[in-house]
Amino acid sequence: MGGGKIVAGCLAPHPPHLVYAENPPQNEPVAEGGWEQLRWGYERLRESLADIEYDAIVLLSPHWQTYVGTHFLGLPNFKSLSVDPVFPNLFRYHYDLSIDVDLAKAIHDEAQASGMPVKMMENPDFRVDYGTITTGHLFNPEWDKPLVVLSSNRSTAYYSVEVMQEMMIELGKATRRAIEASGKRVVVLASNSLSHRHFTTESELPEDMSKEHITSHAMHLWDMRMIKYMRDGEAQRILDEMPEFTEQAIAESDGGGLSWLLSTLDVPDYPAILHGYGTIIGTGNAIVEWPCHKHEEENS
Amino acid sequence: MSEGEIVASFVVPVHPHTVLAPEQNPGWSRLRAAMDEAANTIKELEADLLIIYSTTWPSIIGHQLQADPNPEWVMVDHDFHDLGSIHYSFNIDAQFAHAWNQANHERGLQSRCVNYKGFPIDVGSVVALTLLNPDNIIPAVIVSSNVYANRSETTVMAKACLDVVKSTGRKAVAITAMSLSNRMFTEFIEAGDDRIHSLKDDEWNRKILEFLSEGRLEDVGQLSRTIQQQIRVRKVVAFKPMWWLSAMNGNRNDLTGQVLAYEAIHGAGGAVVHLDPTPSGQGDKEYDEDDVEYFHGERGVLDTAETNENGEDIVEAMESKSSGPELWEPTKAEGSVNTESAPKPVGAYPHARRVGDMLFLSGVGPRQPGTNAIPGGPIHDKEGEPMDYDIKAQTHAVVENVRRIVEEAGASMEQIVDVTTFLVDMKRDFAGYNEVWAETLGLVGPTRTTLAIDALPTPIAVEMKVILHLGQ
Repeated sequence: MGGGKIVAGCLAPHPPHLVYAENPPQNEPVAEGGWEQLRWGYERLRESLADIEYDAIVLLSPHWQTYVGTHFLGLPNFKSLSVDPVFPNLFRYHYDLSIDVDLAKAIHDEAQASGMPVKMMENPDFRVDYGTITTGHLFNPEWDKPLVVLSSNRSTAYYSVEVMQEMMIELGKATRRAIEASGKRVVVLASNSLSHRHFTTESELPEDMSKEHITSHAMHLWDMRMIKYMRDGEAQRILDEMPEFTEQAIAESDGGGLSWLLSTLDVPDYPAILHGYGTIIGTGNAIVEWPCHKHEEENS
Repeated sequence: MSEGEIVASFVVPVHPHTVLAPEQNPGWSRLRAAMDEAANTIKELEADLLIIYSTTWPSIIGHQLQADPNPEWVMVDHDFHDLGSIHYSFNIDAQFAHAWNQANHERGLQSRCVNYKGFPIDVGSVVALTLLNPDNIIPAVIVSSNVYANRSETTVMAKACLDVVKSTGRKAVAITAMSLSNRMFTEFIEAGDDRIHSLKDDEWNRKILEFLSEGRLEDVGQLSRTIQQQIRVRKVVAFKPMWWLSAMNGNRNDLTGQVLAYEAIHGAGGAVVHLDPTPSGQGDKEYDEDDVEYFHGERGVLDTAETNENGEDIVEAMESKSSGPELWEPTKAEGSVNTESAPKPVGAYPHARRVGDMLFLSGVGPRQPGTNAIPGGPIHDKEGEPMDYDIKAQTHAVVENVRRIVEEAGASMEQIVDVTTFLVDMKRDFAGYNEVWAETLGLVGPTRTTLAIDALPTPIAVEMKVILHLGQ
């Protein structure tokens, strides 16, 4: 087929607090608000892409953790209740999502052809992880686009950030090739925070914003450094500094999402748009868009 | 009621192969047989509680305790989903979970109970309860593994659990759902090709099992950091289950150990080990690390005093113990009742005094015996600057101190007939104090008077004066 393209790539973090604070009908707990800066950031991201047509969302979530290869949701529909095992008081979400199984299988096959261990997940009882649900909801609350969901292989834990990054760059290239060959227009999402050191206590009112701040100045500096590279169009520097960033900022990039995203976007040298930054129980979260469609128009 | 105890402990593997596919590999089959044998042992011991510390249930906000009396769902493993699904319906002792949660707070820990329909019980707990409690007769409690916790927090959490086991007279079995070496093959393998991932992992696993078979549990606990460095993929910051299990067994090295099985599961080291509390007669121990009774918090690593409402306060409480009023030995006039399990007086008086069929307690505060720490934190620092504190935690601690003195007198809480409570900040604290009262002494039904006062001798917010009628 061919002719497929990536219309946008986004860093789209998944703290369940954002869904909790929004009070959508699918989520059981009720909040008084909170984390507005980030929720407004997601609004800006959605507005930015409102006029862009696309067929599917390809998403990598660090909360579907696999130690044996990379896995892909492989059935057309998943419907159940997602309860966050860490913050069950905030996130009990009734989801009903559709999967672009053809595209998932295409990426699976392309990665397999590159020598990567991969597997389709075809057990209908499987519960989709809350990272996927949260990012899926915040990016597309209508749930009117099919998803392709990739697991997060934990090669950072097994080997090192460097090995993880090599694998994720390869997976990103395979993802891009499969998308291009599919003829589809696709948005790719890496669902992860930047610095990821949590507070170990929770306010009596979780949405009490007077208690919210970054865990340490060092984490802030690392987050700002990474955001600067994104805004300056220096994705390669992000990849170059990924080992130090991941280890020193205890960053959620250890799950491979950011490296995979940048590789899928062919390591963009054009500026990304920062739609929002904020902290959630001390972790640093940025909502960032690489506007591939605009870049292509400007250079065509 | 006799004092409760740990009647057995088990180490069991976490992966679903023993439930879903034992027939596919002789090693998995042997692990399954060992789990079945462990289940029989538990039944023969007439245990009435299974306590599971699961390494596959990570938590961030302290530890979490499962408190849904009957969690039901279908568990599918994130990696091994092609093996199938495990339907579960467990019998959870929610009352014990809540008591453990309270005991955690009294020892300075952050923890909470969870009771939500559809909560995803982790694979390690599902495997353990499915195989060790096949008839679902014995109630269970499950605790998470906090990703940031280290030895002191994990050890104190076990001691808090033991507090409840003992006070409720339970015959409990302690279970750690864990791998030894946890490095799996990162590629898909045929079931028949399974083996321990490396010779190094295998050698370390066998050394751990040698220690356990000799009953040297505390030695394994003290090797935890080395084990983490040598054979553990760093999913978490420390190898914690042996700290917990050792503390649950009184940090002993003279247990009677038996390795029921040791096999590979996709490269990781899976073992079923039975640890019997019967002294084996061997196993001298040499502590490399201090014992710990109370969690001191994170010592301000992350938060300022203004934002950390729990750990910081506790540290301050510990630090302030030497700057408070002098502690006295309780006086011993006729009829006096004194106990080491209550905080020492701040003057020359007994903990309680019996006159005829009446028992009068001296004013009881929340200070902890031995450490003098104040659960919920002190109300001001050493310079007298006000601090945030938890009135509910303080009130719970007062009631617990009252209980200790009452029980030392051979009486029961039901014999309390009158209580006078002193609060240093009525406006701020009455509601929280009143809530705890309703859950505790309010159920007994004594008359009550609550007064606001300027200050108490130590930096506490609440004190109770208690009178009992002992009857004939």
